[in-house]
Amino acid sequence: MVSHRPSVGVRTEGITKAFDRNPVLRDITLTVDPGTTTCIIGPSGSGKSTFLRCVNRLEEPSSGRIIIGDEDITRAGTDIDAVRSRVGMVFQGFNLFPHMTVLRNITLALTRVKRMPTDEAVHVAEAQLDEVGLLDMKDRRPAQLSGGQQQRVAIARALAMRPQVMLFDEATSALDPELVKGILEIMKRLAKSGMTMMVVTHELRFAREAAHQVVFLDRGRMIERGPPQQMFNAPASARLKEFLSQML
Amino acid sequence: MPEGMQRLWRTFFDVDQILAVLPELLAVGVPNTLLLALIAVVIGSCLGLVVAMMLISRSASVRLPARAFVDVFRGLPVILTIYLVGQGLPIAGIRIFGGNSYAYAALALGLIEAAYISEIFRSGIQSVERGQMEASRSLGLSYFETMRWVIVPQGIRRVLPALTGQFIHIIKGSSLVYLLGLLPDQREIFSIASDAAHISGTLSPLVAAGMVYLCLTIPLTYAVNAFDRRLREGERPLSEPAPAVAPAPAHQS
Repeated sequence: MVSHRPSVGVRTEGITKAFDRNPVLRDITLTVDPGTTTCIIGPSGSGKSTFLRCVNRLEEPSSGRIIIGDEDITRAGTDIDAVRSRVGMVFQGFNLFPHMTVLRNITLALTRVKRMPTDEAVHVAEAQLDEVGLLDMKDRRPAQLSGGQQQRVAIARALAMRPQVMLFDEATSALDPELVKGILEIMKRLAKSGMTMMVVTHELRFAREAAHQVVFLDRGRMIERGPPQQMFNAPASARLKEFLSQML
Repeated sequence: MPEGMQRLWRTFFDVDQILAVLPELLAVGVPNTLLLALIAVVIGSCLGLVVAMMLISRSASVRLPARAFVDVFRGLPVILTIYLVGQGLPIAGIRIFGGNSYAYAALALGLIEAAYISEIFRSGIQSVERGQMEASRSLGLSYFETMRWVIVPQGIRRVLPALTGQFIHIIKGSSLVYLLGLLPDQREIFSIASDAAHISGTLSPLVAAGMVYLCLTIPLTYAVNAFDRRLREGERPLSEPAPAVAPAPAHQS
């Protein structure tokens, strides 16, 4: 997959987020180097999805800065739509547009956001669908596809925008077990191709094999981070040890 | 036949009276009713969509005027609204349509329907899953583009059956424009029947009008339901999700 622009890094500085008065993220500072994959793990309710959603400001952080490349996207006056067009996101629930064909799901943002002529958008979308092996499904509606196919379309939809960064929010959690592998394979290929990726996942094997950096969140705090070998083989904190023992 | 039944029959089902009024009902009444209803549907749907978008705004200064509009136009008796718009506006010096009471009547109906339709649209729009908005925004589409391409099309499809009810409401509601006084060739179905009933002294012309209304409203219901079904079946999942060869789309819809 060579479908993205030169990758850029992501840095979050002191991200906090509170719903009403409940703090769900506390002071998270993290650097994701260009072209690397960071997996974010932790128990449910630890704030890992909220943190990921702060990166493209689907959630507004209560405080802190987010820098993508060399642009502070939390600064007032940021064109957040333009930022989001460079940051792809894949969701747990696929979130394909059910009233559009698979092809139209992908061309919509190409024509509306990138102002691509229709024939060029169709060309890009078909190439991207081919890459996830679903070109022959292009005229189907999402509801006619299996979950795994839908998620592949969602990935193709995000990649067609040529993003600099990809965010995966539990992309395999809603899939039947036999469909998980295919999605993880695509994500691994993407990681190897040099895409900057932030991946919230319960798939520890994926984290071990594909991540350059693993981050463990618990109750809104970053407890520990490091390369996967260190995190999985020699966890420093009691909480991570406990979490890993429950996961295995 | 007992005396009571005969009187009932003569009053409501006098075939001669019905046949006498039918040609004018069809030639003059139906086109006028349909024209009034069409104008009201267009005004009601367009304005209703704008009001619906305002109703879900986070900003109170956008939301509250829309709320007030809906509450007032849904809450007032239709007759009063038609008088207020049809006679009130010209008296107040807002003579946008000159002395053409037909146009004021259509506007009044449109405003009333916009109030009802906006609530139907709002419920449809709000029933669309949050993930749709998030997916679209995460691709870089603006709020309004997301509404235009992703949320509103799905929301409207979900409320089509409720909209049919509203369109029937409009067709019947157009009968009230007689209140504003119409020229003979502007009269819609009900006005014609009502005039004929006054002349003949029976209610049979009104029954004739009723039959014509049913001939309009019942096919409309079935047409929209058929359209609705087609949309739904187009989205029906196939039992086998991943055949190697995709069947032609024509088989699915």
